[in-house]
Amino acid sequence: MPSRPERVSALSKVHFLFFRRMRAPLIALIATYSLSILGLVLIPGVDESGEPWRFDFFHAFYFVSFMGSTIGFGEIPHAFTPGQRLWVSICIFLTVIAWLYAIGRIISLLQDPAFTRATTEARFIISVRKISQPFTIVCGYGETGYLLVRAMAHRDLQSVVLDQDQANIDSLLLENLGMDIPAFCADASVTRHLLEAGLSSSLCRGVVAITDSDSVNVKIAVSVKLLRPNIPVIARAGMQEAVDNLDSFRTDHVINAYEVFGEHLAMTQRTPSVHLLHAWLISLPDRVLHPPVTPPRGAWVICGYGRFGSSCARHLEAEGNSVQIIESKQEKAPESAVVGRGTEAGPLLEAGIRDAVGIVAGTDSDTNTLSAIMTARELNPALYLVARQDRHADTQIFQAADLDLVMEPSRIIVWRILPLITTPLLSRFLRLLRSGTEEEASRLCGRIEAMCGQVTPETWSFTVDREQTAGLFAALDGSMEIQIKHLQCAPTNRDELLPCLPLLLSRGDINYMLPDPDLALHRGDRILFTSRSGTRQTMSWTLQNPKVLEYIVTGDELPDGTVWRWMARRRA
Amino acid sequence: MNLEKVVFGFFVLLALTLNFGFVMGDIDNPAHHHAYELYAAIIVSAIATVLKFGDRSHMGAVLLATSLVADLQLLMAAFVWAMATHVMGGTDAEIMPSVVSLAGGALLANVASAVLLIIETAALRR
Repeated sequence: MPSRPERVSALSKVHFLFFRRMRAPLIALIATYSLSILGLVLIPGVDESGEPWRFDFFHAFYFVSFMGSTIGFGEIPHAFTPGQRLWVSICIFLTVIAWLYAIGRIISLLQDPAFTRATTEARFIISVRKISQPFTIVCGYGETGYLLVRAMAHRDLQSVVLDQDQANIDSLLLENLGMDIPAFCADASVTRHLLEAGLSSSLCRGVVAITDSDSVNVKIAVSVKLLRPNIPVIARAGMQEAVDNLDSFRTDHVINAYEVFGEHLAMTQRTPSVHLLHAWLISLPDRVLHPPVTPPRGAWVICGYGRFGSSCARHLEAEGNSVQIIESKQEKAPESAVVGRGTEAGPLLEAGIRDAVGIVAGTDSDTNTLSAIMTARELNPALYLVARQDRHADTQIFQAADLDLVMEPSRIIVWRILPLITTPLLSRFLRLLRSGTEEEASRLCGRIEAMCGQVTPETWSFTVDREQTAGLFAALDGSMEIQIKHLQCAPTNRDELLPCLPLLLSRGDINYMLPDPDLALHRGDRILFTSRSGTRQTMSWTLQNPKVLEYIVTGDELPDGTVWRWMARRRA
Repeated sequence: MNLEKVVFGFFVLLALTLNFGFVMGDIDNPAHHHAYELYAAIIVSAIATVLKFGDRSHMGAVLLATSLVADLQLLMAAFVWAMATHVMGGTDAEIMPSVVSLAGGALLANVASAVLLIIETAALRR
């Protein structure tokens, strides 16, 4: 089990740092005060009637207390002798210097980088502890992290962010997400920081490792698998070695960013509806439906042959297209490639841009990508334009460029990660969909469009158990058969159908894709629905209220109360 | 030899000896218990407390706790004394047993402090 003292020490570090630095000033204060008091007690004085008189400790303490803080109530209780005045004037300077020293030390301590770091760390730990709902730890707040955290916040899902770059953390703090997201600038591959982010908390639902570095992601995944083997880890990897490494210790989900991108590009050709369904089902409800995309087949030009370019080329060739590559660096270019800049007309013409059907531009900078696209469009206005958008901040210029298809790698990664966190069943459904046929998917697209009009549907899942669907669970005691179509009936009128569609029913290891409406439900089934937004609330009547369920299945209104039930039984 | 340890040990032991010196004598005889000695005991005990700040070891935490107990007892003794003689108008002889018994409590805490210090030193194998 993770060690608790580790977290305690990180918190108490602030107090220890403070007290350790305050040792010297506090001793200086005690020394000057005790010296002043002692001096006053020892020096003989005279009272108003001329009798000899001396300070006792009580009155000396009282006098020095207000003298030291330079309040000055006068010479109390009797007027001082010259000897006492001499001592008091020395004491005034001593105590003022001691105070200046102490206050100066406190201020310099507050500005000390070690101290401020310890306080931010302590504040982070406290805010993580205060979280009362299940949360996910997101390591890495780059482009993908930003999109993921925002998408989660829009779905009311709590996240905790770790990132090594203070600038990224600052941008998160400025972001208005409508919920408090604890963020800390730290190396997530250090186990202590993962624990501080709440890894050992019972509310932690998962860890997402999407830093830029493969080795850091692997380290995070290893730490989590060792400390909390039951917590799912989703890790991004760029290199194949990292993917194999992550798979070797059973990381729950490994996402290869470059591979996923190429796969989706190929998908737009082979099974455009599947690609479309990804966008529709993952999106928040009531957004405008993405229009379908239909890239042509034939000769394609690919600008930039990095890891993205090579993945695209492989997937496009697998779809039966011919591919010509333009790469500016000789050493990276494959044999048949044109070496040169894709932003200039020469290399584009050499690559046969006039006869090509489309171009995929994905260079290291968005500026070069757009420049290549514009040049290519000049040369061949009929081209199908696909661009890879690297930075989310460039969304507007990519929209203005009026391209046929803009693919944002970080968005596609978020598509893969988000359903894993929100509705794991949706993630399974999409996986099955990817291995299915275009016909099926396009029919499903048509049904969803007919159901929701021009906006995106709401997709959710539930398990038939005592917590989530009490009424349905109780009714499934074997006395009557309840089928999926019953859930689709309106609770107010059983002849009316709710605008919803069962996508997947999962029973143990068996998955029923687009289950038959007559399929009987069992306890423990997990069902994924997509519907017009708001239908979920209506359906929860059927799921929670046994009376409504009875009415829908049998058509009979069940009487309320023992007396009426007894009368109904007698009448029968 | 570590100067920090010398200073630390000096103050811990001085707090104990001054406290002992004040408590020694007949419990109700003001002539046996001088205010100066109580004053010195309070100041030295306060300094010893500050010296124990910021030690993250377990021993350091217990030492700080004993020191805080001694401070509390001594300050209570001084407060009771000042209260009785200046505010209530009583005599030293009347209040002396309370003052000395409070300081006696502090003496126990200071003894515990010194014992802990000796244990720590003995455990050190250098």
